Amino acid sequence: MSTEMPMIASRFSVPEKQTEAAPSVKATAKVTVRNLNFYYGRAQALHDITLDIPERIVMAFIGPSGCGKSTFLRTLNRMNDVIPGTRVEGEVTIDGRDIYAFGTDIVDLRRRVGMVFQKSNPFPKTIFDNVAYGLRINRLTSSKDELEGRVEEALRDAALWSEVKDRLQSSALSLSGGQQQRLCIARALAIRPEVILMDEPASALDPIATSKIEELVVDLKKQYTIIIVTHNMQQAARISDTTAFFLLGKLIEVNSTEKMFTAPDEKTTEDYITGRFG
Amino acid sequence: MRRLTNLAMTTFTALCTLFAILVLVIILGYIAWKGIGSVSLRFLLDSPRPVGEGGGIGNAILGSLVLLLLSSVFGMPIGISVGVYLSEFGKGTFASLVRFFVDTLTGIPSIVTGVFVYAIIVVPLKHFSAFAGGVALSLIMIPIVARTTEEMIKLVPQSLREGALALGAPQWRVTLGIVIPAAASGIATGAMLAVARVSGETAPLLFTAFGSRFFNYHLDQPIASLTVQIYNYAISPYNEWHAQAWAATLVLMTLILGINVVVRFLTRKKF
Repeated sequence: MSTEMPMIASRFSVPEKQTEAAPSVKATAKVTVRNLNFYYGRAQALHDITLDIPERIVMAFIGPSGCGKSTFLRTLNRMNDVIPGTRVEGEVTIDGRDIYAFGTDIVDLRRRVGMVFQKSNPFPKTIFDNVAYGLRINRLTSSKDELEGRVEEALRDAALWSEVKDRLQSSALSLSGGQQQRLCIARALAIRPEVILMDEPASALDPIATSKIEELVVDLKKQYTIIIVTHNMQQAARISDTTAFFLLGKLIEVNSTEKMFTAPDEKTTEDYITGRFG
Repeated sequence: MRRLTNLAMTTFTALCTLFAILVLVIILGYIAWKGIGSVSLRFLLDSPRPVGEGGGIGNAILGSLVLLLLSSVFGMPIGISVGVYLSEFGKGTFASLVRFFVDTLTGIPSIVTGVFVYAIIVVPLKHFSAFAGGVALSLIMIPIVARTTEEMIKLVPQSLREGALALGAPQWRVTLGIVIPAAASGIATGAMLAVARVSGETAPLLFTAFGSRFFNYHLDQPIASLTVQIYNYAISPYNEWHAQAWAATLVLMTLILGINVVVRFLTRKKF
């Protein structure tokens, strides 16, 4: 990260105007997190987390159960707001804008930061209506044709189109588990978010469905910034560019996935990855 | 020994079940046996006549349906809204207070409801009316509908709400577009149970809808109902009216059964 700074700064800023350099440097990361603390009531779940997430990469969060990966993921689209008694300190910015600033439009934030959950949660509606839901409530399309086009596009991007194109009007609950999860991904893609958060999206799926989701994630990287929580170390190694290791609510190490799995900087990371604990 | 205990307990529970079903069958059978003789098309359509001239319960059937419709119009929206509030938005002391009041309301004897509505509606307006009867029945309906709605909505998985919120849906759209439809068949079942429950009520109607021996098409006038008609005929000294009371009971039971069957059919799981 630090080695990029001078290069980016020189590319974007005119030498006389030093002040211009600061914001453009900040813009190199899609998501920046500074000194984030998070509390469930009095229990502190996240401790002083600082992290930059660049654009159009796959970043994996690994760590043992209860280490705060999911909690952290949910701070990025303010999904924790729905849990009573939670509190956030610190700063999270997306494209340089503080998402916890007073007056932030949460609806707009969640439109830009999509989420796929651990357990697939299709609405008890038709396949078409599931994908169209986000488009309709956000009024993103102006005609029926456009709506149908966006639904098809989302289903194609989620590699589900060929399997469901003849039964768009049947219930989403008639799909298999793996298909339901891809439907949930299609639903998230339909509103064209910039960042996609995935909370163990393949944990309840069989190996074949899992590999489909993994291929999909790698493919989606071309257009989106993807942050994925996973318990599966091989999965993190296969699909991510960068990996972050969490332990007991603290961010222990962030590194390129290759380095993380071959020569991590921290001893604890190595212990966890090699299975000595966790 | 363990097997013996097992056998004894199984037999005991089976016998109790059999007894409960037997009682139900006897009641239904007795009503059918006593009532069927007086049921005819004329009986179902005609209004009451003096003793010895036959007559029917057409006005009471219509009156009961009108009262049920009125009470549903008043009671359902309020009951469902309270249930939605309690499950989706109600947090903290106020909500538990509301919940406590709703539970207490469920336990109020229906005659008290009748007297209450008499005092606040019938007395000021100076006459009995179908409207007052509808209000009385809806007061009985609201707590039942509210609690079943709350329970049904609580069964909707949190993950569905989060899924919709994560797509940028505001809270009210999640509730209206996702949560309520997902719980719809349960809510409808609860609502119908409430309808079935109030369709058997007599006490709250005595002081409100009062009863009538004629067809009535005005909501500000007293209106007949099956239950009050049954009550009046049953306490009369005439054998003919007793027979008509049995027949009216049979009609009432069939009506309730019919409502239940139709609603089960309409709200069967589509997804």
